[in-house]
This record gives sequence, C-alpha cells and structure tokens, in this order.
Amino acid sequence: MDSRDKTTDLLVVNNLNFYYGNNLALSDVSMPVKKNCITSLIGPSGCGKTTLLRCFNRMHDLYPKNRYEGQIVFDGHNILDKSQDLIKLRGRIGMVFQKPTPFPMSIFDNIAYGLRLNDISNKSVLADKVEKALKQAALWEEVKDRLKQNAAGLSGGQQQRLSIARTLAVDPEVILLDESTSALDPVSTQKIEDLLAELKYEVTIIAVTHNMQQAARISDFTALMYIGKLVEFDETETIFTKPANKMTEQYVTGRFG
Amino acid sequence: MNKLGRRKLKNFLALSISSLCAAAGLAILFIILYDVLKEGLKSFSIHLFISDPAPPNRGLSGGLKGAFLGQGLLTLAATVVGVPLGVLGGTFLAEYGRNSRFCRFLSRLCDMAVSIPSIVIGTFVYAILVLPLGGFNGWAGSTALAIIILPVVIRTTEEMMTMVPWTLREAAFALGAPYHKVITSIVWRASISGIFTGILLAIARIAGETAPLLFTSFNSNYFRLSFNEAVPSLTVSIYQYAASPYEEWISLAWAAALVVTILVLILNIIGRVLIKIRIGG
Repeated sequence: MDSRDKTTDLLVVNNLNFYYGNNLALSDVSMPVKKNCITSLIGPSGCGKTTLLRCFNRMHDLYPKNRYEGQIVFDGHNILDKSQDLIKLRGRIGMVFQKPTPFPMSIFDNIAYGLRLNDISNKSVLADKVEKALKQAALWEEVKDRLKQNAAGLSGGQQQRLSIARTLAVDPEVILLDESTSALDPVSTQKIEDLLAELKYEVTIIAVTHNMQQAARISDFTALMYIGKLVEFDETETIFTKPANKMTEQYVTGRFG
Repeated sequence: MNKLGRRKLKNFLALSISSLCAAAGLAILFIILYDVLKEGLKSFSIHLFISDPAPPNRGLSGGLKGAFLGQGLLTLAATVVGVPLGVLGGTFLAEYGRNSRFCRFLSRLCDMAVSIPSIVIGTFVYAILVLPLGGFNGWAGSTALAIIILPVVIRTTEEMMTMVPWTLREAAFALGAPYHKVITSIVWRASISGIFTGILLAIARIAGETAPLLFTSFNSNYFRLSFNEAVPSLTVSIYQYAASPYEEWISLAWAAALVVTILVLILNIIGRVLIKIRIGG
C-alpha cells in the first residue's frame, strides 16, 4: 500500500549543540530525517523541540548571539556553515508556524509571495501555481471566488491552511511544522492531517507537536526530547509500543511530562 | 453606612472636580475657536486668497495670496525632504538597528529632538544657512521645518514598525525573502496607515509654525516663486499684521488665522479618523 521508500536519509543531524547566548539549549543531538516521511518531535515544554526545528531553516540567525555547533547535513552540505545561502536554504526548507501568519495582502498575493520572490511574474503561471497550492492545502473550494480579498478576513483554520499553501507554492523539499494545528479546532486539524498524509509522498515533513495522539496518527518516525537532549529516536510504532528507553515509555503513556 | 456615605462623597467630589477641570480646558479651546471664527469671518473673502497685500487705510481690499502660496511651498519642501529621510531613518532604527544600544540611544535622542523649542531650530538654521548666504531665504525656512518634522517621522515610523509582530517577519523569512523585501512588502504594508497618520499629524504641526521661520525665510510682500530670497509666510504675516496698528490688517490677520486653524484641524481630524479605522479594522 505504502509505496514510499523509508530508508533514504534526506537530512542528518550530527552532534548538534545550540546556544542562546550562553545558554546551551540543544546538547549533542544526532538523528536522521528520512526522505518522504513525517518525523514528529515530541517532548515536554522547553525540551528544545522547537529550537531543533528552527535549526533546520536557520531561523535562529535572525536574532543576535545565537550559535550552532555540529552539523546538519542536507544534500551533502552542512547547512550550518557560515557560507550557507539562507535565502536558498529557506526556499528548499519551508516552515509553517504555530499561529497563522497571513500577510497584509490578498489571498492570491499571499500564495504568490514566495513565487514572486523567485522572479515568477507570468500571470498565467502564477495563477496555475496559486490554484495548485490552494488545492493541495484543501482551501481552494472555500476561497476560489474571493482570491482578491484580504487574507485577514479568513477564519483561523483557513488562515493556517493559507500559510501551508503559501509554503507549498514554492515547492520545498522539506516542510517544518511548528505545532501548526495547536491553535485550530478539530475539523481544521483533521483537514490538515489529511493534507499531510497526502503530502508525504512528495515532501519530507518534520512536525513539532504537543499532541501525542497526533504524533502517533501521522508520523512515520518520532523523536522524544527532554531538556535539550534527544532521548530516543525510532519508528513511531516502536516509540509508542515498545520503546527502548524507560523515560520514553513513561512519557508516551502519560506518566511523566 | 457611614463608611459608604463617605466613599460616595469622595467619589462625588472627585467626579465633580475632574469634570470641572475638563470643562475649563474645553471652554478655553472653544472660546479660542469661537473668537477666531467670529473675528476671522469679518474679513474672510476671496480676496484673502487671490490678492496681494495692500497698504492699510486706502480702501483697497488686500489679501495674502503670496503668503498662502509661500507657506504651502515651504511646508511642501520640508515634507518632501523630511518624510523620506524620516521614514528610512525610522525603518533603520526599527529593523537593522533594533539590537544595537547605539540605535536605542538615537531613538531616545529623537524623542528629545521632538520637544526642542522650534525657535531654537530657527536660530540654528539662521547660523548655518542665513548668515553664510547673506540673507533670509526659502531654503533656510524649509530646512528648519524639515528639521522639526524629521524626529517626529522617525519615531512614528519606528514605533509603527515595531508594532508589527515578529512572527509575520519570520513567516516571510521562512519563504526565503531577503530582509529588504520583508521590510518593503510586509512590514511597511502592515504599518503603512499608522506611518501615514503620523506623517499627516507631523505636517499639521509644521504647517502652523511661526518661530522657525522668523529667523530663516522670514516674510515678504512679494513672491517671485524663488527660494533664494525671503519667502512670504502666512504665520509670520499673521504675527506682523496682528501687531500692526491698522484695523484692516488686524482683521486680515484674524481671517488668515481662521484659515490656518481650519487647515490644521482638518489634517488632525483626517489623522484621527485614520487611527480609528486602523484600530477598528
């Protein structure tokens, strides 16, 4: 049934340390991210899962005094290298945030934003790509008649699917999800989970989630983090049924964290 | 019950005193507006806008055509120079310089510059642009006004842009947008109405200024549309006409004051309405 090959490493994290100023926030994290799979990062608040996620697109570089050590290898290069072109990197590794982030412009322009950054200005090409992205994000039917309206007028769930569509429009190889369904109602969450189940055939997804059931439902691999360290990484089924680590077992059964 | 009675009395006293103070403040404002309106309307005619100044007591209907034009052009020149500089400067402070202590110091400095008495700016410009050039000139006048508007625009821009949530910028960065694109297409767009409102209020402020012009472009009865000489100014004309012994001139000063008041009022109202729309929407 599942036609995916779950053995190729798309990204490999090697001995990653991350510092906010002098505070060590990630300590010696090593794990692979398999191509065309959904990898969940779980763990209690403050464990470093969002910090790890934001290393993959170097979001930490926006703020001063943040520092990486170690490697994240993507396509044979260490993306933590100082010489890494962040604009190119972020074009290939997209991100969807916890709260919807509609830009102050029309629905169409929101989706076209990333495309225009890549100098796509042909109107029919733009229109096609916008439609495709909105269809992928299961939003097309709801907005096709009001593409020119301001995106702020959409509901929260629609805005989040808009953010996903905007990320999909530029054809990234990896999508990072930072608790992207935590602010949504169950119906919108369901739509987004369905969407992820479709998307994994084309892209690789790394998802931070607080929701253990969601991690179990959607992901192929799961990593449990605790106080800046990786506790256990394995196939999701293993993590939830016969984890190697005592702490993992306690966490996934709800006895700790 | 006694305690409650005392509390009620205190409440009544506080309410009446503060209401009285508010009424006193508003009453003064309305007396000024009423006076300007009453006196101003006496000489208010089309001549005010289309005639050149006339000597008093000759039965001529003089006006302040040049002064309106001159004041308008001085304000326009100051806006054209001050607003782009201010918006770009404020953008720098809000974005590129946001983590720098020096930039935070600069922004405090701008706060202070906002409250420098405008006559001080006038005398400063007198020293650098009037004395060396050998006389009053329009460049000096518009420079003085531009210096006044600059810190206001810088701070408004900075504050409005700082109010845009960082997650919005992060979302644009995450799509691979370079910083200048994030600023121009996201942050400016999200804060444009606030910045525009600030600019309008700043223009309203310099449009009615007299002090910085006294030492710089001064005033003139003739306007040859040249900034190389003294430029007629409405506010300075009001000052001179109002201080003259001639009733015609005094009356004309009232009329001019009425026009300035109304213009500044309109600019302010537009600004406030925009703020309301922004907060409401």
